[in-house]
Amino acid sequence: MSRPEDTLPPDLFYNDSESRKYTTSSRIQHIQSQMTHRALSLLSLRSPSLILDIGCGSGLSGEILSTFSPETNPGGPHTWIGLDISSSMLAVALEKEVEGDLFLADAGQGVPFRPGTFDAAISISAVQWLCNAESTEESPAGRLSRFFNGLYASLRRGGRAVCQFYPKNDEQKKMVSSAAVRAGFGAGLLEDDPGTKSAKTYLVLTVGGGELDGDITGVVRGMEGVDVMDNRRRTKGRKRGEETKGSKGWIMRKKEQMERKGKVVKANSKYTGRKRRIAF
Amino acid sequence: MKLLTLNFLTCARKACKSTTLAFPLRPKDAELEIVEADLEPLFIRNILPRVEWEALRTLCQDLGLPQLPPAAPEPAALFAPNPSDPSIPSDKLVRPGKEGEGEGEGEGEGEEGAPTQTLKDLHHVLLETTIREGKLVCGNCGHAYAVKEGIANFLLPSHLV
Repeated sequence: MSRPEDTLPPDLFYNDSESRKYTTSSRIQHIQSQMTHRALSLLSLRSPSLILDIGCGSGLSGEILSTFSPETNPGGPHTWIGLDISSSMLAVALEKEVEGDLFLADAGQGVPFRPGTFDAAISISAVQWLCNAESTEESPAGRLSRFFNGLYASLRRGGRAVCQFYPKNDEQKKMVSSAAVRAGFGAGLLEDDPGTKSAKTYLVLTVGGGELDGDITGVVRGMEGVDVMDNRRRTKGRKRGEETKGSKGWIMRKKEQMERKGKVVKANSKYTGRKRRIAF
Repeated sequence: MKLLTLNFLTCARKACKSTTLAFPLRPKDAELEIVEADLEPLFIRNILPRVEWEALRTLCQDLGLPQLPPAAPEPAALFAPNPSDPSIPSDKLVRPGKEGEGEGEGEGEGEEGAPTQTLKDLHHVLLETTIREGKLVCGNCGHAYAVKEGIANFLLPSHLV
């Protein structure tokens, strides 16, 4: 599968012809609307809200947000504000006369809204573009962290964000979700059709716990056909660094540390770290 | 760009994030356009507490729009007890029966009477009045963001990020 983000930066890749192709292709339209509906069901908005669309492109998902439909968009019609870095895409959106307000902006430079603006945020096939840096002055991690920090601030408490993206590999998946967690979000990844060619990854973010347990498990509770896999490391009882000095664990760790440094360390045996017999 | 959106915008520069001057952005050489939009009473009720009323007032003053009342209208002032507007289902009303208060709030806008008028006026100012061309200037760093055909350019050159 070719990855456009490996070839060119988004503002150059989505030029006039590519933007038009993207918007008129019925296949892409179908996939986009499917993903938008999925994201909307994860947001579960009950009343008309203000939504931020990151990487709105030509407004394919915005059109769904601003129409009311009892089955797929019960809370709507929503008002949305879209950010995109490609001016050609925005030009197409302008031609289509979408209802949302459009901004030419780079999400990797932050989100220019005051705190607590939005009820929800949605992003369809955009976040993977942030994993590339086009100049030496910026890094993918820095761009992701500015984006998520800005997004976290601009959402109101109890708000949610759903970002569908195409991770290149597991490493990238981890990089994106850990950047979100570091910004303060309760985060979780939802995968549709995992392992297949049409796998879709949704990063589900929550701001402030409320009734949601502060992560994805609260969002997907009650949804059909969703398995929860918790890969978080569980620290039982004691935290790391709290093991008592002189205990067997501590000695083993120190010996390993010294070995890594290249020091000469005595081999471990069954007597290592064992208490001496009490002798008078 | 809707005036509602402008009420939420701040300067995109990191250095301006910590100052209060970065909000609101002041419009310059703005060219306004009225775009008809469907009235969405529930949305306005939802968004009203989040609108910075003081900023909206100064904005209207700057743009030469009719003066807004000094305080934001109460949620109760948005809906009449007997809605004249059939688009508002009566079961979705908030605390009806405070008509007197609504009249008081609405008077600054020059239209007294049915409280739903307050809502319609708000809808007109926030969602139908848009900035088509012009510039948005940050009060702190003085950076001017260009607005063309309703699209604001918030791309920052790398030395400003």
